[in-house]
Amino acid sequence: MSLHIGRPGLLTTIQDAGRPGYRQAGVSVGGPVDPRALRVANALVGNAPGTAALEITLLGPTIRFSTDHLLALTGADLSATLNGQPLPLNRAVAVRAGTELSFGRPKAGCRAYLAVAGGLAVPTVLGSRGTYLAAGIGGLAGRALRADDVLPVAAPGAVRQRQLLLARSPQLPRVAASWFADPALTPRPEVAPLLRAVPGPEYGQFTAASQRAFWAEEFRVTPASNRMGSRLAGPALLRSAYAPELLSAAVTFGTVQVPPGGQPIVLLADHQTTGGYPRLALVAATDWSRLAQVPPGGVLRFQEISLPEAQQLYMEQEQQLRQLERAVALRPM
Amino acid sequence: MPDSSRLPAALPPRLYPLGETAVVLEFGAVISEATNATIQAVAKYLLAHPFEGLVELVPAFTTLTVFYDPWQVCTAGGGSPFEAVAAHLRNQLAQLPAIGASRETGPAVEIPVCYGGEFGPDLAMVARHCGLSEADVVARHAGAEYQVHFIGFAPGFPYLGGLPTELATPRRASPRPQVPAGAVGIAGAQTGIYSLPTPGGWQLIGRTPERLFRPEAANPSLLRAGQQLRFMPITAEQFRHWPAAR
Repeated sequence: MSLHIGRPGLLTTIQDAGRPGYRQAGVSVGGPVDPRALRVANALVGNAPGTAALEITLLGPTIRFSTDHLLALTGADLSATLNGQPLPLNRAVAVRAGTELSFGRPKAGCRAYLAVAGGLAVPTVLGSRGTYLAAGIGGLAGRALRADDVLPVAAPGAVRQRQLLLARSPQLPRVAASWFADPALTPRPEVAPLLRAVPGPEYGQFTAASQRAFWAEEFRVTPASNRMGSRLAGPALLRSAYAPELLSAAVTFGTVQVPPGGQPIVLLADHQTTGGYPRLALVAATDWSRLAQVPPGGVLRFQEISLPEAQQLYMEQEQQLRQLERAVALRPM
Repeated sequence: MPDSSRLPAALPPRLYPLGETAVVLEFGAVISEATNATIQAVAKYLLAHPFEGLVELVPAFTTLTVFYDPWQVCTAGGGSPFEAVAAHLRNQLAQLPAIGASRETGPAVEIPVCYGGEFGPDLAMVARHCGLSEADVVARHAGAEYQVHFIGFAPGFPYLGGLPTELATPRRASPRPQVPAGAVGIAGAQTGIYSLPTPGGWQLIGRTPERLFRPEAANPSLLRAGQQLRFMPITAEQFRHWPAAR
C-alpha cells in the first residue's frame, strides 16, 4: 500500500505527534502546526492520535493511491479534488486504487492534513515519523516531499478493512462515510482571526502603549514565516528603558516573542527549544489552529484571557477530541 | 563532593506559568556554576520523583522549565492544572535543601578541536583582537575548563560557561551563510560549538570532528547540561582520521 506523489506541492511534509521528551537535547517537539486538524483527520479514519499523516501547505501535491484507501482531509480548504470531483473536508472518504487526489487554489486557510487509515509507514527517528526540516531528520529523508516520492502506508486495522470493501461500490471514485467531526472541532479557517492569548512572563516589561497596541491592533503574517514561527508585522512593541537584560530560557509553541526591532514572532511547531527574546504573550493552545491557518499576507489580532480560562478551554477541547476518537472507533461506515 | 551549602541561597525559586503546559522555576538572575548545580540537582530530584502528567524538563541558565500534560494532571481539588502542578512543585522544592546539589563528578568531557587553518578561519582575527599570538589563543581556549549550562538553540548545541575573559571577541560584522557542523567559535564572552550546519556570525577558531547531534542515538545530544568540558587540540591529520562516532 502506498501513496505516489506527482507534483510535490509548495511544502508537503510528513507529521505525527512530534518528538516530546528531547527538548533538553535541543530537539524541537515539531509535529503539526495545526495539531487539532491532524488529530481530527486521524480520528476520522480510525487511526490512533498522532499517527503519521501529511501536512500540506497552501499549494497541494498530486497523489495517486496504489490501492483502496480510507482517507480524511482536514484544516485548510485548498480546493481538493478526487479525479476532478470535489473532496469534502472533515469526512472519512473511501477511494479506489488508481484515484488521483489533487489540489487547486487555496480558498481558506494555509495548512491541510491528509490522514490515511493505517498511517504513513516511514521509519521513526527519536520516536517520531515527523519531518524535522532544520535537523534533516524524520519523515522522508528529513525533507519535504518531492516529485515521484512513494510513501508507504501501514495496513489499517480489521474494522477499516471491512469499511474499505464499501469502496468497491459503483459510486466510486469516492464514498463519503456517514460520520463527520463536530463542527466545533473543524471550523472553516477565518480571514482575520482573533487569537486568545495569555500575558507572558515579560509582559510587564513592555511599555503601556505597547501592551495596548498588542491587544488592539492588527498584525500581518509576513512571507518570512515558516514552521518555526509566524513573523508578524504591525506596530512596534517595545520594552521600557529599564527592562533587564534577559537570559535564554525555554519557550513553547504559541510563545509571542519580541526581538529588539519590536516586530513579534509567534513560535510554531518547529521553534527552537530556548530563546532569549522577551515573551510578551502565549497564544492559547485551543487557538493554535487559528494561528496555523493564517497564510502569509493574512492578518490576525489578539484577545487577552487569563491562564485559568486558557486551561479551561484546553480541557474542553481535549474532552471533545477524546469523544470524537471514541465515537469513530465504535461507528460502522 | 556534593556542594549543598550553596543550595538554600537559590531556593525557593520564583515560579511562574509558561502557557497551559509549562511551569518555569527561576533561580535568581545571574549565570553561575552554583545556579547551574542547583538546577541540575532539582532536575534530578524531579525526574526521580515524577508527578502524574510530567512530560519533560528543560534547564537553561537560571531556569528549569517543567512541561506537563494538563489532561493527566489530577485536579480533584477543582483548581486549574497550573495551580495543581505549582502546589505540587512547591511541596517538592520544600524538601530540597536536605538533598544537596549533585555536581557532575566524573572527568570533564574532552572535545577534540583542530584549531586554525581551514578549520578556524577567524583564529588570526581573534588573535589580533585580543592582542595575543594564535598559539596563545589556542593555549588559553584549550587550557580552560567549561561548564555545559544547557543545550538549546539547535539540537545538541551547548551553551558553555568559562571562556577566559581575555578571549572575548565580538561577532562577525556579517554572518556566514553556512557554518559547518562542529565549528568552534567565539561570540562576545561566549564560546560554543555549532551542532548543525547553519548560518552563523561567530568567530570560528577551530572545528571538532565529533558529532554533537546524533539522531540515531537514544541520547541524541553528545553533551548534556551540568557536564564539565575541555577542548583538546588535535592536528588536521588526526581530524581527518577521527573515528566517525563514539
